[in-house]
Amino acid sequence: MPVYFLEIIVVSLGIIMLLVDAFVKLEDKRSIAWIGMLGLVVTFGLLFRVQWPESTESPFWNFYTTGDQMALYFKGIAILTTLVVLIMASDYSRIVVDQTAPPEKGAHPQSGLGEFFALPMFACAGLMLMASANHLVSIFVALETVTIAFYVMVAYLRRNVGSLEAGVKYLILGALSTGFLVYGFAWLYGMTGSMQLEEIKTALSGDNVNVIGSLFAFSLILVALAFKVGGAPFHFWIPDVYQGAPTPITAFLSVGSKAAGFIVLLRLIDPFLSSSELVGKIILAVTVIAVLTLIVGNLSALPQQNFKRLLAYSSVAHAGFLLMALACTPTASQAGEFLSPAKVIAFYLGAYLLMTLLAFLVMTTVRVQIPGEDLTSYKGLAKRSPFLAFAMIISMASLAGIPLTAGFFGKFFVFQLAVQQQQWFLLTVGLVGAGAGFYYYLKIAASMFLSEQDPKDDISAIPVGTLSRIAMIVLIALILIGGLNPALIIGLLS
Amino acid sequence: MLEIIVFLPLIAALAIGLGAPARFSALGASIITLILSLVVAVQFNPNVEGSYQFESSRTFMDMVGFPTLSLAFGIDGISLVLLLLATLVMVAAVLVSPQENEIKGSSKLYYLSLLLIGGGAIGAFTSTDLFFLYAFHELALIPTFLMIGIFGHGENRVRTAWTITIYLGVGSLILLVGLIMAVFALGSATFAIADLIATAKNPETGIAASQQTWIFAFLLVGFGILVSLFPFHSWAAPAYAEAPAPVAMLHAGVLKKFGLYGLIRIAMPIVPEGMAALLNVLLVLLLGNIIYIGLVTIAQKKLDRMLGYSSVMHMGYVFLGLAAFNQLGVSGAVLLMFAHGVSIALLFALCGWIRKNYGTVSFEELGGIASQLPKLGLLFAFAAFASAGLPGFANFAAEVSVFFGAFQDTGESLGWLQWTTIIALWGVVISAVYMLRAFRNLFLGTPEKKMATPADMTMTARLPYFLLLATLIAVGFVPEILNQFIRPAVEGLFLVTAG
Repeated sequence: MPVYFLEIIVVSLGIIMLLVDAFVKLEDKRSIAWIGMLGLVVTFGLLFRVQWPESTESPFWNFYTTGDQMALYFKGIAILTTLVVLIMASDYSRIVVDQTAPPEKGAHPQSGLGEFFALPMFACAGLMLMASANHLVSIFVALETVTIAFYVMVAYLRRNVGSLEAGVKYLILGALSTGFLVYGFAWLYGMTGSMQLEEIKTALSGDNVNVIGSLFAFSLILVALAFKVGGAPFHFWIPDVYQGAPTPITAFLSVGSKAAGFIVLLRLIDPFLSSSELVGKIILAVTVIAVLTLIVGNLSALPQQNFKRLLAYSSVAHAGFLLMALACTPTASQAGEFLSPAKVIAFYLGAYLLMTLLAFLVMTTVRVQIPGEDLTSYKGLAKRSPFLAFAMIISMASLAGIPLTAGFFGKFFVFQLAVQQQQWFLLTVGLVGAGAGFYYYLKIAASMFLSEQDPKDDISAIPVGTLSRIAMIVLIALILIGGLNPALIIGLLS
Repeated sequence: MLEIIVFLPLIAALAIGLGAPARFSALGASIITLILSLVVAVQFNPNVEGSYQFESSRTFMDMVGFPTLSLAFGIDGISLVLLLLATLVMVAAVLVSPQENEIKGSSKLYYLSLLLIGGGAIGAFTSTDLFFLYAFHELALIPTFLMIGIFGHGENRVRTAWTITIYLGVGSLILLVGLIMAVFALGSATFAIADLIATAKNPETGIAASQQTWIFAFLLVGFGILVSLFPFHSWAAPAYAEAPAPVAMLHAGVLKKFGLYGLIRIAMPIVPEGMAALLNVLLVLLLGNIIYIGLVTIAQKKLDRMLGYSSVMHMGYVFLGLAAFNQLGVSGAVLLMFAHGVSIALLFALCGWIRKNYGTVSFEELGGIASQLPKLGLLFAFAAFASAGLPGFANFAAEVSVFFGAFQDTGESLGWLQWTTIIALWGVVISAVYMLRAFRNLFLGTPEKKMATPADMTMTARLPYFLLLATLIAVGFVPEILNQFIRPAVEGLFLVTAG
């Protein structure tokens, strides 16, 4: 099966879901989500049956990479994320219905629900395309497909001021960053005369490179992508948008959007790194952003009391570790001896996906029962629902980077790259950040286990949906497997 | 065999999590591990130098561009002694734990955490793969946090839980960087400790001296935080004071030894020149442990804090043994790790009993317990004497060889090491002062009026205390029980160092 069929399947699924929503009378519109989940599971299976084309004569392959395991890996990340997001969304539908139900009588109370399940499918198709894009145009188209879907999803709870505010913020800042990106692309095209990444690479690794112009192009692109992945100082939208958006969408943003941003960054930075004149300055620029991101993300997470904001800053912090890996790119002579930053980043993102989605799954389940997303809402969770508390502990341990979880190996590989590249300053900042992480991740454990309970408090167990429970168990298992044998995950990359 | 010993507590913890009876499973698992580790000790052949026995290894991860990772276990004399310590203290800790219905909160969580802390320590001591050595130790981090935070006593227990967790978390991160630096400076193809050492001993592949200093600095700070080396000690005493007695026993008695074990096993053979370069720094720091913390210990007004500080203080002697850097000193250090572990566990267990039955451990509110409960008084006196290093107890034998070790290589004049030792000898006086003071305040004199008169322990309840005390006395009279294991292992350590 040709590889681009995957995107086609996902888009068609999205369209089918919209059509079903419009034309089929459903008692419970959550069955639309079922279509999506089923389709995504099938698509995920098809990932392993991809055939690469024999000839790449067709102009299509100028826009789309071929023979590229990394792209498949990131497509897998996109599909898995969307799958879990749909599971969460279907648990979360009660709140969506509350916030979107039409005021007039006689309307279907769930009339606003169908698109909530269909939109992630389009975002997913965009993410998958992005993983394979190797032309400035296809990168841009993919990025915008994703972003526009997100504009809608973030502001989805239309009777909720927070969600609307988040939507507006995301729209304005997103549009701004898109502007930067396009301007950077324009400069890049001007400098190299091509929009195809391979050709850009050839042009930049030549002798007469316009250093100033290329650096300017790179900084514009870096700014735009730092915005997407949440690199400081372009991270300001993250806490507000994360807090306001519906929880499943927050999860999608924090995993899907970040993964997509990094694959684009990896692809776009590659031509620049091949230029001997540029490489030093490029690394320096990334290092500066990485240091800022590590400091801002980790230290701002410390005082947070709202769980979503805490996870928002944690997502900034993890972007910092990922940028740190990127800043430790070995020179051409060392390459091949070690794990490449690209692989480390891919692994880290895989681990990040598992642990973040697990946290959000628990959070969604709790949120449906308990209003409010403050840390105090998790008071006594260990007594009420030991399983949820256990899942949360595993997720937090992994996010904090405690051994025998996937998150530990993520940090381990990053630190290892820093030691190899002798980036001592970056390493120190990373250490401080990881140390701070112990505090803010354990804060959640503390609120689940340590806080005193009022006798008045409800202590009945929180119901967990069957699908959510299965998803949690699978995620926990994967986190532990990734923590024991990361080679299994890294092996998917080659 | 070792795999069973390592995984039994962890499996039992899992079983408890899934609903097995908590105390029964914990007790069963810890007793079986103790018996199995005794069997290992009997079958262990002390005449084999330097290499591991009971080895097992499963390659776990073999990846291009990354050292091979194996789940490998094996013991030499040093790890055997620590394994015995861990299993012994774990049995005692489970035995002195409260019955399930006496635990406020989830008894499952209580026993599960105990097993994870103990199991983590056992795993760390028996792993021959650097990665798992590190990972097993970290297993105890979150259970300790929960145990102190939930089941601890005192109003500050949540704060204390934070302090110890962050402190140890950061310590292990620093340690991790040191270990990564060492492994990649060696360019080793595996994480197996034996391979790493062999590479480091080879003059062609060993690490350059300047780099060794850096790596040792990281390792010293990292391991030092875990052992509460001065000035990284401030987490220890409050944590031990406020932790439930079994956790204090396991942590102060067993888990803390991991840092020292790491220095012996990893830092000394791999970066010996780095250690030599920073030896004087270490000497100053260990004097901080012995003298400064010693004086702090004297000033304590509560038994639990006093014991906490005293356990910090005694770490100074172990460091002194390491600093001596010869067979006698290092063997003494290993023996002292064992002796101190058992004696502090015994003291914390007694402290826990006193707290439970009198409701306080403050020197001012208690007194004359010996007139109420003479047998308890005798038990405590033995424990205190052992800890202060009176002849006849294991601690004495160990401390003596540490001191002799420090003087062994004296040349014409006394060096820094010898002067440090001379000052450190005063620590013995200090510990006698605070131990006797504690004994007098608590046990001698007439009972305070407000004091309750609890029933004496039953014979079964005494079992864990006798177990620990008997070990101390037996090893004290016949140190050869353990020295026969330690000596060849330490010889092996230095044999490779020389070649």
